[in-house]
Amino acid sequence: MTESTRIKLKTMNHFAAKVFACGLAVVTAMFASGIAVAEEGGEMQSAQTNVSNVTSLQRGARTYFNYCSGCHSIKYMNYARLATDLQLSEAEVLKSFAFTGARIGDQVVSNMPAEGSQQWFGKTPPDLSLEARAKSPDWIYNYLRSFYVDPTSTVGWNNTVFPNASMPNPLWELQGVQIAHMAPAKAGEEAHVEKLEVSKPGKQSPAEFDETARDLTAFLQYVGEPAALQRESVGVWVILFLVVFTFLAWLLKHEYWKDVH
Amino acid sequence: MANFFSNIAGWINERAPSMMPVYRKHMTEYYAPKNFNFWYYFGVLAMVVLVNQIVTGIFLTMFYKPGAATAFDSVEYIMRDVEWGWLIRYMHSTGASMFFLVVYLHMFRGLLYGSYKKPRELVWLLGMLIFLALMAEGFLGYVLPWGNMSFWGAKVIISLFGAIPWIGDTLVQWIMGDYNPADATLNRFFALHVVALPLVLLLLVVLHIFALHEVGSNNPDGVEIKKKKDARGIPLDGIAFHPYYTLHDLVGIGFFLIICAFIIFYQPTVGGWFIEYDNFIPANNLVTPAEIKPVWYFTPFYAILRVIPSKGLGVFALAASIILLFLVPWLDRGAVKSIRYRGRGYKIALTLFTITFVLFGAIGAGKSGEWIPEIFGPTADVSGIEMHFGWLLLAIYFGFFLFLWVYTYFGYEKTKPVPERVTTHD
Repeated sequence: MTESTRIKLKTMNHFAAKVFACGLAVVTAMFASGIAVAEEGGEMQSAQTNVSNVTSLQRGARTYFNYCSGCHSIKYMNYARLATDLQLSEAEVLKSFAFTGARIGDQVVSNMPAEGSQQWFGKTPPDLSLEARAKSPDWIYNYLRSFYVDPTSTVGWNNTVFPNASMPNPLWELQGVQIAHMAPAKAGEEAHVEKLEVSKPGKQSPAEFDETARDLTAFLQYVGEPAALQRESVGVWVILFLVVFTFLAWLLKHEYWKDVH
Repeated sequence: MANFFSNIAGWINERAPSMMPVYRKHMTEYYAPKNFNFWYYFGVLAMVVLVNQIVTGIFLTMFYKPGAATAFDSVEYIMRDVEWGWLIRYMHSTGASMFFLVVYLHMFRGLLYGSYKKPRELVWLLGMLIFLALMAEGFLGYVLPWGNMSFWGAKVIISLFGAIPWIGDTLVQWIMGDYNPADATLNRFFALHVVALPLVLLLLVVLHIFALHEVGSNNPDGVEIKKKKDARGIPLDGIAFHPYYTLHDLVGIGFFLIICAFIIFYQPTVGGWFIEYDNFIPANNLVTPAEIKPVWYFTPFYAILRVIPSKGLGVFALAASIILLFLVPWLDRGAVKSIRYRGRGYKIALTLFTITFVLFGAIGAGKSGEWIPEIFGPTADVSGIEMHFGWLLLAIYFGFFLFLWVYTYFGYEKTKPVPERVTTHD
């Protein structure tokens, strides 16, 4: 084989590699855009939750049981699991969270009668066990912060993230009351909310309320996938093992393949 | 210890003398070309994923409860209350996507190096049958968690059979056992997913490998190594599968498992691509998801349905897009196997075909709704542009097969000389 054919062969061998690299780039871009969109959805702000921060989860749980659990259940959770994962004693969990006389092994369900809620809100408040997985933590975080007073709606409140939601702002006493500044309607478009402003302050400052919403979001994220705590801590060791295994396999392969010419 | 094992081998050999030659034929005395490159990992990786799916699947069936009232809850039970249940379930859900990923790359390898050409047509046909069975298996499995996308996906896909003239509507009801995907559908899909199709898949995989070992593996140079043998009858460019390729593959498997572990432990839904967000909402025949779409591995084919407005025509094109893949060994009349020595026309055609397949994947996943307004401005007619662009892609997809035949049948291809022996190896 002459030198020139050798070089030619070499460049041709690269064709397959090039095709693969292009394919990989396109697929990566698709996946990346998918992830970005899932977290973006309009002008949503990142929730920046941290499910491995137990105190954040504890604060979120407190908010949840004070403001949400009256209407919403998280039926795939039980109190005992909450105690273990939130590093609280069973007595503490029962005292702070189980207002309905539930026992430690019980599912976390609300006491609201389904028939009544249908009448009061137009629909039964949904179970929130998987809300963070179905809608994303960012969605919950932004939703909680986007309520405003709207006299035209049935419940007196509206929401920019979920327009015409049937839930009134459950956290209004913390956040205060927000009003909407409407942008003037352009031709062919309906008037839309330009920005929200707190007209009557609540118990918390805007920064404090963002923290509350973040903790509550983190709690719901944990409720959506309690295994996430375990998953991330086990993963490091599995990957480390596989890296060592692959390296040893490569050494062995290298040794054997010395025979191949 | 070595003595102990050889005694066992001897004991078996006395009683079943034909079993040891099988091991030798497929492992220690199967001579594979020594120049396998990166593309030759995906066959063994598909085997690894198949084993993973079977083993994790067995454990999942111990806790999963088929039935419209129980399925969704039992999956959450596995995710929360079964010890390591989340790991088993994520291994299974990640495995499903990785299965298709490695199978697509494995098929692409076949197109790169002409592995479907004589004498390997049967290997390709059996492989295509595996792909069909895998698509059925993937679809059935996707319905089992009984999330809202399971329900609506099942409804849309089963309704495709309604496009068959005369018997269509009856057939759809017969498949579902109801007027909608329901309890009966879920139970029969479970039976098919865990018993019927795994048996078919295993049988086909065994036949695929036996058929391959009859004729021997192709290689990146497309050289038949059996043409040059040494005095003992061993191919000069061949090396024993065991230990050389078992060790070589072990390294590839290690890399592959690192990628899988990263997904399983840190990104199990892959941003909604491996597990869709709408499937965390229980099946509900009153609430339609904002956009019904299959998981990523079906989106290239789903796109064909999307860009053809007529249902009957769409289903026909969908069927044709897969049947044509079966026929590739007979459409391609070229004598040269590997892309290294094929004409420029084939390289361009295969590149366009691959880009088309990926773009179809994006269209089927509903990416046009995001990308078209970005490119053409917010007032762009998304479905119109998608449809016309889709027709261009359809022309390229089907054009590939036509081109392949014309290009090789009428001898337009200018090939380069194929070497006598394999050229490179690592």
